Amino acid sequence: MAKILLEMKNITKTFPGVKALDNVNLQVEEGEIHALVGENGAGKSTLMNVLSGIYSYGTYEGDIIYDSEVCKFNDIKDSEQKGIVIIHQELALIPYMTIAENMFLGNERGAKFKINWTETGVLARKYLDIVGLKDSTQTLIKDIGVGKQQLVEIAKALSKNARLLILDEPTSSLNESDSKALLDLLLKLKKEQNLTSIIISHKLNEVSYVSDKITVIRDGSTIETLKKGVDDISEARIINGMVGRELSDRFPKRTPKIGDVMMEVKDWTVYHPLYNDRKVVNNVSMNVRKGEVVGISGLMGAGRTELAMSIFGRSYGENISGKLIINGKEVTLKTVQDAIKHKLAYVTEDRKGNGLILTNPIKINTTLANLDAVSKNTVIDKDKEYEVAVDYKQKLRTKCPTVEQNVGNLSGGNQQKVLLAKWMFTDPDILILDEPTRGIDVGAKYEIYCIINQLVDAGKSVIMISSELPEVLGMCDRVYVMNEGRMVGELDGKEATQEKIMTYILQSSGNKEVK
Amino acid sequence: MNNDSVLGFIKKNTMILVLIAVVAFFSFQTKGAILLPMNVSNLISQNAYVFVLATGMLLCILTGGNIDLSVGSVVCFVGAVGATLMVNKSLPIWLAVIIMFVIGTMIGAFQGFWIAYVRIPPFIVTLAGMLAFRGLSNVVLNGLTISIKDKAAFVNLFGGGADCYIHDLFGGSGSLNLTCLFGGLVAATIFVVVQFTSRIKKKSKGYEVEPVWKFLVKTIGIVAVVMAFCYKLAQYKGIPTVLIWVLVVVLIYGYITNNTTVGRYFYAVGGNEKATKLSGINTNKVYFIAYTNMGFLAALAGMITIARLTSAQPTYGQNYEMDAIGSCFIGGASAYGGTGTVPGVIVGAVLMGVINLGMSLMGVDANMQKVVKGAVLLAAVIFDVVSKRGGKLIVKN
Repeated sequence: MAKILLEMKNITKTFPGVKALDNVNLQVEEGEIHALVGENGAGKSTLMNVLSGIYSYGTYEGDIIYDSEVCKFNDIKDSEQKGIVIIHQELALIPYMTIAENMFLGNERGAKFKINWTETGVLARKYLDIVGLKDSTQTLIKDIGVGKQQLVEIAKALSKNARLLILDEPTSSLNESDSKALLDLLLKLKKEQNLTSIIISHKLNEVSYVSDKITVIRDGSTIETLKKGVDDISEARIINGMVGRELSDRFPKRTPKIGDVMMEVKDWTVYHPLYNDRKVVNNVSMNVRKGEVVGISGLMGAGRTELAMSIFGRSYGENISGKLIINGKEVTLKTVQDAIKHKLAYVTEDRKGNGLILTNPIKINTTLANLDAVSKNTVIDKDKEYEVAVDYKQKLRTKCPTVEQNVGNLSGGNQQKVLLAKWMFTDPDILILDEPTRGIDVGAKYEIYCIINQLVDAGKSVIMISSELPEVLGMCDRVYVMNEGRMVGELDGKEATQEKIMTYILQSSGNKEVK
Repeated sequence: MNNDSVLGFIKKNTMILVLIAVVAFFSFQTKGAILLPMNVSNLISQNAYVFVLATGMLLCILTGGNIDLSVGSVVCFVGAVGATLMVNKSLPIWLAVIIMFVIGTMIGAFQGFWIAYVRIPPFIVTLAGMLAFRGLSNVVLNGLTISIKDKAAFVNLFGGGADCYIHDLFGGSGSLNLTCLFGGLVAATIFVVVQFTSRIKKKSKGYEVEPVWKFLVKTIGIVAVVMAFCYKLAQYKGIPTVLIWVLVVVLIYGYITNNTTVGRYFYAVGGNEKATKLSGINTNKVYFIAYTNMGFLAALAGMITIARLTSAQPTYGQNYEMDAIGSCFIGGASAYGGTGTVPGVIVGAVLMGVINLGMSLMGVDANMQKVVKGAVLLAAVIFDVVSKRGGKLIVKN
């Protein structure tokens, strides 16, 4: 048996209100490729952040034993010194610097006040040759594609004498041939340099192709580790491990009273605002009925948020085409104002960044999207505003001393309620809720579910975008599955299962050749 | 009253407390000279342009810490055009005033267009404006000074010359301007009535109101300041006409920022632009309004400036933008946008004015005055940023 390079023992990490990791154990042998799989929010990235020192020693419980030595990393520099290098999903390269400059950023060659550019260039070339990138070291990062950028990241890691490479979703933005090349590079590095890698991926076909061992994480705990050649590592087997849990009554009951079609989207296509040739939403059609909760399931980056925002007054994307029919009439919503006028509301997934003004009180946030309702001739009736805010505070049972409280001081669950209140106050018929329970505790989740049920009972339509499969299954009357910009499946709420949804997603994922 | 509320009170009213301390310091150092009626009156007349510009600058800063560097040059340019029209072209005063307002607003709209719709950084656009309008002022004036001394009506209206006070309608004894006292009394009465009715209304609807002692201290304090101020003015020559302009600007903009939807949008954009956009608010328009309005108020400040100096010169208005920006930040506007009030900015402007006046009376060297002002500005912003961070001075890397 080869030497154990890394052992993570009983790692527990808690965030306020959430236990992100619960007694996780992970063993990685030297010279193997180890895959971490699990649903969104299962705790994979948190685990890797603990390992790389982003969450410093002392903020978690448990031990990291690396190279037979207990490690206490305070930041990412500490772990890099030991040869643990993490490559994030969002690449950390600076577009207007050359490949060589990027590779040695923070690790410059030469003296402190005299960078040795010759050495930088020579070394950069050496590592670029190892990863098989032929471009000049003087090429600007912005001029090479994502696939090559990924190679630069790996070359950069190697230049830091990496012994353990962690790749978070390395192929999520690559096309098939680039992905294959990247995976083959990992296999080559393993063989030639005895490099150990941990790879986090949703693409199970890639995982089975490249990895020696697969560890499944679910709800912040390690479920099992499958070994190639010993255990069955078929996709079905992995999916089973990822989702195998019971659905308890975490969801309030509701008897659906479903009416006519409220909103319909036909052949909806949206292009990326910066990369004008990239289709983010590809020919999507869907509908939602009165009194219905429709779920859109999928992985992060599937294009769900982009679909929702492009419908909501074109607040995302370029070159939007397709038909939008509300209440039987075709409409064009050019601005958010139009969308609100047509009784559409979009409750963002990013409540802090896109939803709330954290430095303002609850009452101001509550009325922001519909100020006209509390004002006369543009003069705000502050008493009325206060009443509205208090009314919603009571209806949604927001926990706060007064509505004068700044939203930034509330917990995630209560912030979410303020955000819901803000959009309920615009009196919408159709609500698009994007990850409505992200990052909030179980109790608050239940309350949010109750609010959703009340909304549809009152005849509204709700589209719920969620990455949490149990939530989608527990709440929705109908489920759409979206992947890589396309609708890849539609299931009735009763017949939908986690396995079916995952199968839809995985079968439609890129890289079919690897399979 | 527990410790917490004392601290809270100090935190909320820091600048007012600092202002009181500074006034006390200077009246001690100048043996009371700073509180002489003439000096109080001059404080207003000398700093009128700061009040006007700072109010406009607040709107720009609210949208996200954006500043307008061009106001000093715009003040000069508008003044130059106005003086040329009145003196060289012999246009009637009312027409000249209208043209000046239109020009100022159009300059604001021009800069606002690039900032709001094309999203050129405000710093760049207004830096360009600062250079261009300074140059244009020189072109309009041919590098010369135009005296407007004989346009008495204009000069008096905008607070310049010897006779720029509201005449005493009650005849008064000569040593005490009764109109001024009466005006102060009316203002104080209106203020008290408004305060009480709103409190009673709030209480009857069952809303939370501040404790009685706080309410009384606040109301009595403000009334006392207003009356003392008017008494000082009455002892001198009465209400300077320019004070009326300042009051009108402050009241209107105080109302707009506090009570209207447009006002709310300024704060919203500065607080979180993305969230504001997704709430169906046209954020481009908000930026546009802020800068267009800045041009409008710069025009008013231009009139006040040439009236006070009874002439137009190509060098007028230099560093006015810095006075306005400084007042905003000292008065509690956040350098990141989203917070700040008109009353706060006025306190900031008065504080700057008092420091200027006090040091001049003490005979402090003009260069050292700048050093002190710089230090006060830096200290005020450090205080604001650090206290918002919960008292942590150094940010963790």
